[in-house]
Amino acid sequence: MWRALALLCALALPASAEEVVLGLSQDSVSISTDFDGSEILIYGAIKRDAPMPEEPIQVVVTVAGPSLPVTVRRKSHAYGIWVNTAAVEIDHAPSFYAIATSAPWDEAISNVEDMRHRVSIPHAIRSVGAPMDVLNSQTFTEALIRIREDNDQYQLLENAVTLREQTLFDTSISLPANLTEGRYPTRIFLTRGGQVVSKLETEIEVRKVGIERWLFVLSREQPLVYGLLSLAIAAVAGWGASALFRMIRQQ
Amino acid sequence: MQIYLPIAEVSVNAFLLLGLGGIVGILSGMFGVGGGFLLTPLLFFIGIPPAVAVATGANQIVASSVSGVLAHLKRRTVDLRMGTVLLVGGILGAFLGVGLFNHLKQLGQVDLLVNLFYVVFLGIIGSLMMVESLRALRKSRRGAPPARKKHNWVHGLPLKMRFRTSGLYISVIPPLVVGFSVGVLAAIMGVGGGFIMVPAMIYLLGMPTKVVVGTSLFQIIFVAAFTTVMHASTNHTVDIALALLLLIGGVVGAQVGTVVATKLRAEQLRVLLAALVLAVCLKIGLELLLEPSELYSIAETH
Repeated sequence: MWRALALLCALALPASAEEVVLGLSQDSVSISTDFDGSEILIYGAIKRDAPMPEEPIQVVVTVAGPSLPVTVRRKSHAYGIWVNTAAVEIDHAPSFYAIATSAPWDEAISNVEDMRHRVSIPHAIRSVGAPMDVLNSQTFTEALIRIREDNDQYQLLENAVTLREQTLFDTSISLPANLTEGRYPTRIFLTRGGQVVSKLETEIEVRKVGIERWLFVLSREQPLVYGLLSLAIAAVAGWGASALFRMIRQQ
Repeated sequence: MQIYLPIAEVSVNAFLLLGLGGIVGILSGMFGVGGGFLLTPLLFFIGIPPAVAVATGANQIVASSVSGVLAHLKRRTVDLRMGTVLLVGGILGAFLGVGLFNHLKQLGQVDLLVNLFYVVFLGIIGSLMMVESLRALRKSRRGAPPARKKHNWVHGLPLKMRFRTSGLYISVIPPLVVGFSVGVLAAIMGVGGGFIMVPAMIYLLGMPTKVVVGTSLFQIIFVAAFTTVMHASTNHTVDIALALLLLIGGVVGAQVGTVVATKLRAEQLRVLLAALVLAVCLKIGLELLLEPSELYSIAETH
């Protein structure tokens, strides 16, 4: 993994004077039957070739879930009942997104850099074209963010990165229980005065294991077998309970 | 104890699911309804994605219905012949219903349609049953002899068949039509259709209440099984882990329910079912009428 990281560093920003050396408490998350969320510790150090400039450095860490298209619908009052009357398709919305910073948001990164690297939650969501007949399509994106923030699927954690001696940093990101399987791109930005001076990208792999994996794969690859299996379980359970109760009653 | 569901991709409390299955199972054994009309909204409520809730609910209904039917078979309160006739209509109706459902899904608004169906059907059936069974209850309390079965237009149709267990000699057309319409509704509403089937059997076909429950369960097994396989093979939305927890609670509940049912009088049973149906109707109705706290909703489009 270290070689891969080193390669990534080299490719990303070869001319940078300050680079991130990264560690993860785990680079994969296994979803087993008793999975109810997970905490990932992200830590590292800043390597320097030149003396440290005056202005303090800041660290921004983002962890994103797989991006999926979503439809956001809005209800309104029509014919005396509340019905869905408008819908906006959002082309890419990460199923999970957490940002941790070492300073208040405004000090950590400038607007321009935020837009360029798609760091903040609104920029991480991409909505290409809203239908012409929908007014204020922006409110749909805001609603998506609001709902997902309430579910802890989107988290903005200001001042959550601890930075020591301008060199060592660490933060922990808690992944919720309703996690989607996939690759979770993780980015670490070093900023100075709001400008990104260095950037590192890696991935955390989230996957189901054991019986969870087996059932999931079966349901996708052998849907008919899976369907019949669930029927068989249902029938046997029904019969089993009936037989058991008859035995209890006879005694 | 939290458990992660592989298809629903959420983590929920295992005991909550066992309890939920148990409650629905008791109702299933008592009234001969699969309990889908109750289970599906409850699963939505605890955060299971709707598509998974509908499909897995159907699977759970198979289990509790099998358990219930076996208990009723022992008691000889299943009219197998009537059940088969209803089933033939039911499967044909389910085919049409699934087609209709997919068509409406393309048009959007399928959620609204399902909710409206719930409100209208639960409302009509609930009120009719409530009025009728309260009247019957009052009559029997006064000690008047129960009214004799009236012959209505249903009995004038051709293709007559003898249904010994039900004590009926009627045309096969009404049961086929009843089965068919319930099949359509069941596929659209994602339920077994027992809550429509039971009153239809009592009031339209004139079957005795004791036989109705077992026969309805018998028919529901097959309609729900058909729905489960359809959902599993086309939408991949049946969650075995979720179903297993629900059905462990469900099958035990169904046995308890059957015992409770034999202790209660038929009219009381019908008043209770009517009250339950009306309660669910009211809840869904209020959701449509009152302003929701969050106007926006998110649907993942795969």
